[in-house]
Amino acid sequence: MRYARPNTPGSKVSFESRYENFIGGEWVRPVRGQYFENVTPVTGKPFCEVARSTSEDVERALDAAHGARVRWGKKPAAERAVILNKIADVMEQNLELLAVAESWDNGKPVRETLAADLPLAIDHFRYFAGCLRAEEGSLAELDENTVAYHIKEPLGVVGQIIPWNFPLLMATWKLAPALAAGNCVVLKPAEQTPASIMIWAKLVGHLLPPGVLNIVNGFGVEAGKPLAQSKRIAKVAFTGETTTGRLIMQYASENIIPVTLELGGKSPNIFFADVLDKDDDFRQKSLEGFAMFLLNQGEVCTCPSRALIDKKIYGAFLELATERTARVSPGDPMDTDTKLGAQASNDQLEKILSYIDLGKKEGAKLRLGGERVRLAGDLAGGYYVAPTIFEGKNSMRIFQEEIFGPVVSVTSFDGFDQAIEIANDSLYGLGAGVWTRDQQTAFRAGRAIQAGRVWTNCYHLYPAHAAFGGYKQSGIGRENHRMMLDHYQQVKNLLVSYDPKPMGFF
Amino acid sequence: MPASTPIPDPEAPVPDLQAGTETGMDSTLEATPAALAMIARLRGLHGPLMFHQSGGCCDGSSPMCYPAGEFRVGVRDVKLGELGGCPYYIGGAQYELWKHTRLTLDVVPGRGAGFSLEAPEGVRFLIRSDLCRV
Repeated sequence: MRYARPNTPGSKVSFESRYENFIGGEWVRPVRGQYFENVTPVTGKPFCEVARSTSEDVERALDAAHGARVRWGKKPAAERAVILNKIADVMEQNLELLAVAESWDNGKPVRETLAADLPLAIDHFRYFAGCLRAEEGSLAELDENTVAYHIKEPLGVVGQIIPWNFPLLMATWKLAPALAAGNCVVLKPAEQTPASIMIWAKLVGHLLPPGVLNIVNGFGVEAGKPLAQSKRIAKVAFTGETTTGRLIMQYASENIIPVTLELGGKSPNIFFADVLDKDDDFRQKSLEGFAMFLLNQGEVCTCPSRALIDKKIYGAFLELATERTARVSPGDPMDTDTKLGAQASNDQLEKILSYIDLGKKEGAKLRLGGERVRLAGDLAGGYYVAPTIFEGKNSMRIFQEEIFGPVVSVTSFDGFDQAIEIANDSLYGLGAGVWTRDQQTAFRAGRAIQAGRVWTNCYHLYPAHAAFGGYKQSGIGRENHRMMLDHYQQVKNLLVSYDPKPMGFF
Repeated sequence: MPASTPIPDPEAPVPDLQAGTETGMDSTLEATPAALAMIARLRGLHGPLMFHQSGGCCDGSSPMCYPAGEFRVGVRDVKLGELGGCPYYIGGAQYELWKHTRLTLDVVPGRGAGFSLEAPEGVRFLIRSDLCRV
């Protein structure tokens, strides 16, 4: 099935020609009256204009958020949870619309937004609605007359800067816990994907009291930076890359506020020899696990972009894996049969091609793909890359840097210890995969790999209630789990004496 | 301070911490004419500039261009050289993985880049890499 292009007859989605900011429950023109064109990577053509905001707009959003802060923070948990559940319900009723909008804005295949991005986002709001109902402080009876109460309080107004690879899902990962914990939010979407979240806000924005959620679009340097620098935020959350991560920490240090950061990785995917022991479902599952580097065109912080294959099966496994990968080719993201869509932007396409070029120069063996794909018709201007497999050494830069494209770098290992050594020879530690029929090997490998998430005999599952975050340079904090509430809360300790007598000190 | 650390000489020149560690290998860093023209344009708009090479996801593995001094260069950052009069830094650990490659700063049509200054111009700085001539 092929979904009609947005704004054409029969389409689920009609984008407006221009999107203002969402501030204080209203659609507000940017103060300087500037807008920028938003391009769909599907065709490379612009399809709407979006507010090009500046510090004045960020201040206005902060005014609205601070105006709503006290009432939202004091709203009973049950009422906040009802609102989060209503947001999820409206998203569910509009799942196809949102999925098509997301695909058009980002370039990812609608097959994925229908089956993953939107269902996960919907569930995420419900998950945090549930967590919120179960959230409680604690008390400790320190002695018979003295009690320490620990009461959780919202931080207040927080700033959130969202990446472009999963615009709605990553916004949800940040918004759901922040709103659940009673915070008001000023959110800056990525300038590559600023439109789908505005469609979302048109659907659900009215469910929240005005000012609780504020969305300000614009360029990072003009809108994201004043948000991250503001002395009026109590915390900043960011998903992106390391230099901006450091800069955000630097700004946060000037205000002495906490940050949570998710800065990517170079995830190893380890295949032990026994995966090929039998010609069965598990063999097929492990080959599918190899091909998972294609998910979302490789634009995933946990893309399994380093495949480490036991040398005992290297040739045989790689042949099967290559054959399986070669079955996938880029196509129209609006077609539900398409498994590989468009890269999110022209500069992302250029970066991927520059790394393919570097891989060849470094002496890696190009086994599959390695080129831009020009599709027919109106897709000719879109940003498509063929699934690409390199063979090489872990010291090569294509093994050490997140290319963020459908590119996997494959190497072999000799024994368990070398597998772990190569896996950990990385600046990053966000995700990893382990494939084996032997549960002792699986457990030992999972514990030895320095990464926040080790998928074991699976990959690219993102269910709520499984903590997600990085070791090493991959960031700070754990999203996708109840523990994220702690990153959006203060702890108030009331230390209370019930002893009527003086202490006798003075 | 550990006992073995020598007492600093008060007359010694103050080290320029902003400079990071020099590689002394300017030849590992070049820029295309288009990138130099964009640097000149941004200098006209924003004054003196600096670059820091990013890693990680999304806009990672890309150059970030800031007003000079905006990004606090740390003791482990390495200065790769200068382009159009602007210092170009990279994190020390990342430098170790990149030092066998020669970098050329280019600029392509693009959109968005963390807080990098060129994004509103509708372009994105990009690094192209070659192996170092040994």
